[in-house]
Amino acid sequence: MNWPSLILSLKLAVWTMVVLLPIGIVLSRQLAWRRFPAKGLVEAALALPLVLPPTVLGFYILITLGGGSPIGQFYDAVLGRSLVFSFDGLLVASVLFNLPFVVLPMRRAFESIPPEVREAAACCGMSAGRILWRIELPLAWPGILSALVLTFAHTIGEFGVVLMVGGNIPGETETIAIAIYDRVQAFDNAAAGLMSAVLLIVALAAIGITYAATSSVGRRNI
Amino acid sequence: MVAKLTVALQDDGPFRLDVQLSCATGEILALVGPSGSGKSRVLRSIAGLYRPKRGEIIYGDEVWYDPAKAVNLTPQQRRVGIVFQNYALFPHLSAIKNVMEALGDRPPSERRARAGELLDLVNLGGLEDRNPAELSGGQQQRVAVARALARDPNVLLLDEPFSAVDKATRQRLYRELADLRRQLRMPVVLVTHDLDEAAMLADRLCILHRGRTLQEGPPFDVMTRPATPEIARLVELKNTFEGRVLEHQAGNDRTFLGWGPYTLETTYQPNFPEGSCVTWTIPNARVIIHRPDRPSRGERENPVSGIIMEFVPLGDWTSVAITVDGVPDSPLFMTVPTHVAHRNDLATDKRINASLLAKGIHLMPLSHEDEA
Repeated sequence: MNWPSLILSLKLAVWTMVVLLPIGIVLSRQLAWRRFPAKGLVEAALALPLVLPPTVLGFYILITLGGGSPIGQFYDAVLGRSLVFSFDGLLVASVLFNLPFVVLPMRRAFESIPPEVREAAACCGMSAGRILWRIELPLAWPGILSALVLTFAHTIGEFGVVLMVGGNIPGETETIAIAIYDRVQAFDNAAAGLMSAVLLIVALAAIGITYAATSSVGRRNI
Repeated sequence: MVAKLTVALQDDGPFRLDVQLSCATGEILALVGPSGSGKSRVLRSIAGLYRPKRGEIIYGDEVWYDPAKAVNLTPQQRRVGIVFQNYALFPHLSAIKNVMEALGDRPPSERRARAGELLDLVNLGGLEDRNPAELSGGQQQRVAVARALARDPNVLLLDEPFSAVDKATRQRLYRELADLRRQLRMPVVLVTHDLDEAAMLADRLCILHRGRTLQEGPPFDVMTRPATPEIARLVELKNTFEGRVLEHQAGNDRTFLGWGPYTLETTYQPNFPEGSCVTWTIPNARVIIHRPDRPSRGERENPVSGIIMEFVPLGDWTSVAITVDGVPDSPLFMTVPTHVAHRNDLATDKRINASLLAKGIHLMPLSHEDEA
């Protein structure tokens, strides 16, 4: 069992969720309720990672964040380390390719809140922050939760993008999905099998949590 | 403070809006119109939820909205209470918490106590901890009213608040609102498409049609003396006919009106010159049947005769349509108590004599709807 890879994958998944939670909430509320110019373009851009081959996405991220790029050079100048082939680079890539998995369910959740409910809240004198905290998030949280669970499961399992952007540096950027591939290449089916089983359990648990949470909300609101 | 709400709005929007209305403290103004007439948009504008292109909304000496001066207070600043058509309760919060959310930043214990008082006020004591889904439509409406009142609002706005409940509940809620209003010290704007509801609850009616306010006044005035044939149709005056002014007699307080072969007496209405063509109307209830069993002096007043073409008993009241002799294309509608209809053997195809009460006849200009 490759514990460092499992821990790295879990760490990456948790950080991706942490970064994407606020970004997802802001983006999906805008997409759910606002009309703005180029909204279609933004939606298309957000959905792109769904259809783009992971290696292609990874390639562009590598080029954009690499040492030769302005972003990569700026990052190096400020923090003194490379963005690609590091955990930071993995996180950026992971956030980007998980955007659609976060925005789609969250957007649906916010869209399902009737506009009058938010208007009623404003007419009750509640501030925008209080409306978000007391009304919108409690009503949207099944969608937010499934967005986070999807992100978690998807990050743990991601292969192509992570390999392109992170390389395969053991202990640094070797995630569990890559480790499984490594073990299979080395004919170590026992280790690969064990790690696969762990991922399977994680995935099942994630789905179970989502279903349990959303169905209890369903009962409450009937 | 005696503050008045004054609203003047123009908008292009999905369709044109041209609205003027005002509502004084303690007064219920009913904004009445068919669906799609712009009622809800007016209400939402007052609440600060919609921004029309031009106009102004003034409450007392506060300007709430004036795009020309770039003034637009938020709903929070305007402090209005609003009851939405489907109530828009917070589905995840109990009745009392719904009300508590509208009580601002006071300490929780104080908010809970005040919310409890408000729920008692709307006769919902004992159901504080139920979620909206566990309440009936009428109970949800009461929570919405309590929540709207919680902020001690400057203005109370009711958007078709009775349309989503059954008839029996509606009757009970009418009585409750009539009771409650004695305690309300604010302008109340009620949006409805139901004229009877408006007449029952409101001090004044404002008729809205295709985004324009057409007539404003006490319900009885608007419903019996509409300014135009268009309004007559909107207030469901079925007896609308064309006639000619024959003669004015100021001394006798009489105007004489020609209608087919009949000369009808009406009250003195000198706005229409002798010889001019007019539209005239009479409420169903001002057409009275001549009863062979009980002749009365009123029978001399504008008697007409005809054949019953339609006889529709509706519980205690029966609607009767008559083809009047000499004016076959203009059915005359009247409403008689069902027991009177039976006692006088009214039925389809039977002959009937009736009187048009002079006081009920109201003259209007000819219809201009074709120009609209």
